[in-house]
Amino acid sequence: MSDSLLSLHDLKVTYTTDDGPLPAVRGVDLTVERGQIVGVAGESGCGKSTLASTVLRLQPANATVTGEVRFDGRDILTMGWGELRAVRWAGASIVFQGALHSLNPVHRIGAQIGEPMRVHMPELKDGQVRSRVGKLLEQVGLDPARAKAYPHQLSGGQKQRVMIAMALACDPQLVVADEPTTALDVMVQAQVLTVLSGLVRERGVGMMMISHDLSVLADVCDRITVMYAGRVVELGPAAQIFAAPLHPYSDALSSAFPRVGDPAARFAPAGLPGDPPLPWDLPGGCTFAPRCPRAAKVCLPAEPELAPYGEGRAAACVRIGEPDETPVRNEIGASS
Amino acid sequence: MSAELSAHGVRVEFSTRTGRVARALDGADLTVGAGEVVALVGESGSGKTTLARTLIGLERPVSGTVLWNGKPLDHSGRGLKALRRHVQLVLQDPLGALNPRHSVYESVAEGLRVHKLVAKSGKSETELVAAALASAGLRPPETLFLRYPHELSGGQRQRVLIAGALAVQPSLLIADEPVSSLDASIRGEILALLLKLREQFGLGVLVVTHDLGLAWNIADRIAVMYLGRVVETGPTEDVLTAPKHPYTQALLSVIPEMERLEPIVLRGEIPDPSRIPRGCRFHPRCQWFASGAADEVADACRGTALPLLPADPDGHRCACHLVAARDGAMT
Repeated sequence: MSDSLLSLHDLKVTYTTDDGPLPAVRGVDLTVERGQIVGVAGESGCGKSTLASTVLRLQPANATVTGEVRFDGRDILTMGWGELRAVRWAGASIVFQGALHSLNPVHRIGAQIGEPMRVHMPELKDGQVRSRVGKLLEQVGLDPARAKAYPHQLSGGQKQRVMIAMALACDPQLVVADEPTTALDVMVQAQVLTVLSGLVRERGVGMMMISHDLSVLADVCDRITVMYAGRVVELGPAAQIFAAPLHPYSDALSSAFPRVGDPAARFAPAGLPGDPPLPWDLPGGCTFAPRCPRAAKVCLPAEPELAPYGEGRAAACVRIGEPDETPVRNEIGASS
Repeated sequence: MSAELSAHGVRVEFSTRTGRVARALDGADLTVGAGEVVALVGESGSGKTTLARTLIGLERPVSGTVLWNGKPLDHSGRGLKALRRHVQLVLQDPLGALNPRHSVYESVAEGLRVHKLVAKSGKSETELVAAALASAGLRPPETLFLRYPHELSGGQRQRVLIAGALAVQPSLLIADEPVSSLDASIRGEILALLLKLREQFGLGVLVVTHDLGLAWNIADRIAVMYLGRVVETGPTEDVLTAPKHPYTQALLSVIPEMERLEPIVLRGEIPDPSRIPRGCRFHPRCQWFASGAADEVADACRGTALPLLPADPDGHRCACHLVAARDGAMT
C-alpha cells in the first residue's frame, strides 16, 4: 500500500492529563488516495480533530502517538524536524476549524496567502508570489484585487475561501479540511464545497474532510469513515454510508439531517438519546451500546472489531443482519 | 387563549459608522399564531434575527407595527416586561447566553424572580425550577441545581436555556438557531422537545434558522427572508416541496442531500443592507433574471419593488414579478 498518498495504520493518540491518560484515538486505519476526498464523520469528542492534527504531527505536547502515519510512503511520526517542515504546507496542509478567526487581522490577505510561499519556496521572486496569489484567489472564486483587503473587509464565506487559498499556496498533494463549512450559510457552503471538490478533481490532490454533518460529506466525498469514541465504527463509499448505513450510529447521524420532502421526517426529528462516552470512562463492550437502539446482550462482552460487509465496506457491530425484534434497552438495563 | 404575535411592514434601521443607513428590516411581515410552530429562514444578513428581536421589543421599528394579541407593542419598560412574561427568547449559543457564574438553579429561577411568579403560584421556587427543568427534559432536575454551565454538555446547556424560558410559563417561545451549535445526534432531541412543549402546553414557537431541514422537521409554516423582507411564506409542505420564489428554489437546491435537484449556486452573497438594490431586491442574484427567463418582466425586476403577492388558497405567498405575470395575479 506504499502507493497511497496518506495511510494511517493502527493510530493511537493518548493525552496525558492531570486526571490520568485520556485515549482520544484508539486504533484507527485510514487511507487517502490522490484525487480522492475521504470524509471523517463523528460528533464532538470522537477524536476526529485529534486525528487531523496528528496527520501533520501538530498534536499537542501531552499527546502520545503510536502506530503509523505514512505520507507518500514516508513515516511522519519518525521523520526529522527538517523533513517534517518540508512536508507541512508543501506536501500537506490543513484548513482548520474556526478558520474565520485564524487570519491575522492586521495583515492584508494577499500577504497572508503569500507567506507560506515565501517560506517554503524561497526561489520565487516577489512578482511571482504576487501573481500566484492572484491565481489562487481566482481559483477559490475571489477577485484577485481582493489581495489588498484586510480580513475584516471580507464576509465569513470569503475568509473561508482565503483559508483554502492559503492551504493551496505551496501546491500540496494532501489537504486536510477540519469542518471547512461549519458556521457558513447553505448557499456559501455550496460555493465553498464546489471550490474544494473542483480543486481535488483538477489538481489530483487528496483530501481528508472532517465534519459532523454526514449530509455534507455524502455530497462531496468518495469514501466516508465514521468514528465513535476514538474508533472507526463504519467505513465505505460515501453514498452508501449516507443512504444505507450499516452501523446504528451511522444510521443516527444520517437521519439527524432530514431529507426535505421526506414525509417520514415531518414532525419527527430523529435524535439519539444520551451523550457520547467520556474518553476516560468508556463503557465496557461496545462503546455505543448505552445509546444504541439495537443494543443486546451480545454487545456487552467485547468491543466489536471492524468486519467486512461487501465491496469496500466494513462496520463494527455484532448486530448487523440480526433480527430487529429483540427488545433491547431492557436487556442491557437488566444486566447492569 | 389567544397568543398571536405579528409584524406588519416593519422597518428597522441602523446607522453605520460611515453615516449610511442600513435597513436591516425593510417592510417585513410575519405572524405567529397560538400553538403554531413557524420557521423564519434565510442566510446571514437576511434580517431574520433582527425580525425576531423586533417582535420581542428589543429593536424599535421606524415604521410598521408589531402587534401582540391585536394590540401594538408597548415599548415602555413596563410594557416590555409584561410582554416577556408571555413571549420568551431563547438565544443562540448556549455557552455565551448562560452566565458562567450562575448555577443552573439561579439561571432558571431568574425569570421567576423578575416576574414575581413564585408568590402567585402557591408553590415554592424550588418546585417551579424543578418543574421547568423537567419540562425541558432534564431529569432528575435536582441533580442539576448546583451545576455550572461549564460542567454541562452542549445539549444540556441548550435545555437549561429552554428551561429558563419555560419557567415563566410563556405562551410563545422565540428560539434563535436553537441547534446550530449542537452535534447532529443532539439536534433531533432538542427539536423533539420543542414539538413536545407545543403538544403539552400549547406553546407557540418561532424558530429562527438557516436550516431548511429543521423547518421541514418541525414547522407548520415557514417564512423565507431575503435582505430585510419576507419573500415567500406559506405552509411548510407547500413552500419546501413546491417553492415559487427563485431564491427559495436556489436555497433548496443546494441542500447537500437534495441530489434530485440541479444545484443552483447563486453568485456572491446577500448585498449590504445599506445598498438595497432598486426594483426587486433579489434581481442582481436572480437565476431567472440572469438566464433571460425573466425577460418579459425584466423592466419590473429592475425598477419596481414589490410586496408579497396575494395568497393562493393554501396561504402560500411570494414576492416575484415573474410568478405574478405567470399567475396573472398582478394587481
